[in-house]
Amino acid sequence: MMKTEYDIIIIGGGPAGLAAAVAAYDGGARDIVILEREARTGGILNQCIHNGFGLTRFKESLSGPEYAARFEAEVQKRGIETLLETTVLSLTAEKKVTAISPTHGVFVLQAKAVVLAMGCRERSRGALNIAGSRPAGIYSAGTAQKYVNIKGYLPGKEVVILGSGDIGLIMARRMTLEGAKVHAVCEIMPYSSGLRRNIVQCLDDFGIPLYLNHTITKIEGKDRVTGVVVSRVDENKRPIPGTEIHFDCDTVLFSVGLIPENELTKAAGIALSGGTRGAVVYQNRETEAEGIFACGNVLQVHDLVDFVSEEAEIAGRAAAQYIARGPHQRDTVEVTNGQNVSYVLPQKLDKNIAGDVKLFFRVRQTMRDCTITVSCGETVLVSRKKRVVTPGEMETVLLSQEKISSGNGQITVTVKENG
Amino acid sequence: MYDVIVIGGGVIGGAVMRELTKYRLRVCLVEKEDDVAMGASKANSGIVHAGFDAPEGTNKAKFNVLGNRMMEGYAAELGVKFARIGSLVLAFSEEDMRLLSVLEARGVRNGVEGLSVIGQAELRAMEPNVSRNAVGALYAPTGGIVCPYELTIAAIGNAMDNGADLYTGFEAASITKANGVFTVKAASGKEVQGKLIINCAGLGAGHVAALAGDDGIKIGARIGEYILLDRESGGFVRHTLFTTPTKKGKGILVSPTVDGNILLGPTAEEAEEGNTDTTAAGMAAVTASAARMCENVPLFNTITSFAGVRAYSHDRHDFIIEESAAVEGLIHIAGIESPGLTSAPAIAKFAVEELVSKHLPLRKNENFSGRRAPDAFFKQLSAEEKNELIARDPAYGRIVCRCEQITEGEIVRAVHENPPACNIDAVKRRTRAGMGRCQGGFCQPSVAEIIARETGIPLEQVTKSGKASRLLMGRSK
Repeated sequence: MMKTEYDIIIIGGGPAGLAAAVAAYDGGARDIVILEREARTGGILNQCIHNGFGLTRFKESLSGPEYAARFEAEVQKRGIETLLETTVLSLTAEKKVTAISPTHGVFVLQAKAVVLAMGCRERSRGALNIAGSRPAGIYSAGTAQKYVNIKGYLPGKEVVILGSGDIGLIMARRMTLEGAKVHAVCEIMPYSSGLRRNIVQCLDDFGIPLYLNHTITKIEGKDRVTGVVVSRVDENKRPIPGTEIHFDCDTVLFSVGLIPENELTKAAGIALSGGTRGAVVYQNRETEAEGIFACGNVLQVHDLVDFVSEEAEIAGRAAAQYIARGPHQRDTVEVTNGQNVSYVLPQKLDKNIAGDVKLFFRVRQTMRDCTITVSCGETVLVSRKKRVVTPGEMETVLLSQEKISSGNGQITVTVKENG
Repeated sequence: MYDVIVIGGGVIGGAVMRELTKYRLRVCLVEKEDDVAMGASKANSGIVHAGFDAPEGTNKAKFNVLGNRMMEGYAAELGVKFARIGSLVLAFSEEDMRLLSVLEARGVRNGVEGLSVIGQAELRAMEPNVSRNAVGALYAPTGGIVCPYELTIAAIGNAMDNGADLYTGFEAASITKANGVFTVKAASGKEVQGKLIINCAGLGAGHVAALAGDDGIKIGARIGEYILLDRESGGFVRHTLFTTPTKKGKGILVSPTVDGNILLGPTAEEAEEGNTDTTAAGMAAVTASAARMCENVPLFNTITSFAGVRAYSHDRHDFIIEESAAVEGLIHIAGIESPGLTSAPAIAKFAVEELVSKHLPLRKNENFSGRRAPDAFFKQLSAEEKNELIARDPAYGRIVCRCEQITEGEIVRAVHENPPACNIDAVKRRTRAGMGRCQGGFCQPSVAEIIARETGIPLEQVTKSGKASRLLMGRSK
């Protein structure tokens, strides 16, 4: 007979789920299960064979699978149960989890606490309404990455990439190393949303041109892509007639943003934030549904997996604590995004939770020589100068427990250029 | 040697093919693409019209009303989702309101039941997101929705289950007739012979007629662009919303689909045959029109945009359903624009009972079984039934498409059932794998592997939609 009740169910066995499981165990929980839809854990790291993972956390440069292996080893060492090829079909606010797998069929598990760690998906071409045909040869960067790195096939030879997100940049290099010609990376914004180091190492080092303020305005080809039209855009992101550049190519890759996969979260009736498209959470990553926690890219899209692990550990520890102590009385303060800030996470602070809190946020545009301010009404809680901030790199600011308890009312994060 | 050769695997060809298998006839269907439902039946609005648009006495009026009555049963037998959600033609002015009365009167003459003109208050109660500027509407409770390619695939699959043959990748290159027998030869050299030909070639109907020696069929092409919204926006509208019709067609609509998405479109522009490109202007027109009809259209939930081409009769502006005057035994079902989908079952019945019967005796096929299990049957099973199936075949427990929750078992089944799905889009049309919000981003490599494995071809030969649409260009280093 299958075990159907657990203290903690972790949905997703990628970097977030693995780190959450380890932290929950180390926080005292023992009755934990990870539900992973693929045949192995590790999530998207398995197809990220480039290095650069772990620089922050381990002070060394690991490949994606190597980074995952470190956490998989910790999970194994603790004997944490993992159900593979198990897809969660639904979740309720009462923490009832319905899942399906080839070995167990459709089954229902009851948890005392749930950690959401489902990760994110790539925005597709369809969401952009790009004109033209719909032939073969159009891939999201991550799909192309899976074909090349996991399946061992080359999706195309003459490539144009739309969007300069990190996966797009990584794939520009990967495809080049595989013998393909990457003609251009087009970015509709005046800046890249990718990491600076990726622009240097993946584009500049290979002489791949980055067209800022440009987008693809037409895709051509009946059976397979034969070309694209790229246009410059004005400040409202509208294509400017007369600026068209034509590229002959057989492949178009899209790297135009990541979207947290919150379908289960929504179906469970858990409130989401418009800014992150992930759940609204307290500093311990507990959602508004008691005993349901969220972490990693399902909560907010991170720049580095190192930060995913860090966040997952917060959620894992909190889940263990919830199992040990049960729910507690809250004393809530709202955190909002002020001028030039697109979101702040956590969106809520609970004064009854001890400890300093790192606030994560993103700015709306690139700014130089600026000041980050955390304020409560007229009172400035934290003020910090920063030489440059960009939407592509997540910012953090530490708020001490003392400051949190001193404030009375809503806390706001703003960023302004000095002078 | 066949009794009947159907040319064209769209919703009409499919319905005719299936209707023929009710009788003791040897039937085949030839389709130029690598799958069925690849023309107008692939990309249209999926509306089952009530029947008030076409003037009284036309084929369109007659078959629309008959088809509307038949559709529920036809879809149910074939295991295809159908919903009679009703439709509303919106009026934005006094002039529009007068036009609604004209449409209502026409509908009554055509035999449409239940029509009524409603005022603003009632309209807003029925459609909370309708534009504040809409002053009233013509309500047609018999309007419905169905998925056009699902209906086509199911009809052809059911006909095949009943013994008919399907030849895909068979583009008629020549049609000759000798001793009362037609020979249809494909460019590939393959040929089929039969006593009758039913020309259901859609955009190619004029060309097929000409190949057979009849120059009288003049077909034009009109392109329509659409935007599809995620199921997350399901319920944004509850009925099919139309604006008042123009000469070019019924205008842009906003409608739920049977799968719970919201569909906006189509535009209506003259097109070259085979061109299904979307355009910035077209999508802007769809967006603008939808914004005129509804408040706060959730365009942020767009999952894809696409275009379809529909055929129409250049000179007769009505459905052509008749035997050729020039070539005996050649039956045309041509110029089937809207409401062709609605009319399909009625047209098929008429074509077989009234036109085929003049040449061939219609003796009942006692073995005919009109039922077909839906391709997406798995979700409809109870948990116990699912578990029984997974115990027998664990592939039904392995989710491949996470957005639509489609299992490997369903994909394998689609590859092998009638009509077999042998490319990515064919699997998508049958199972919905890749149809969801990530648009196949996650599942496409797995679906491609399943197709390769099940059909015994190397992965690099798997195509997106047949012909030269290969997904991959060789091995990586």
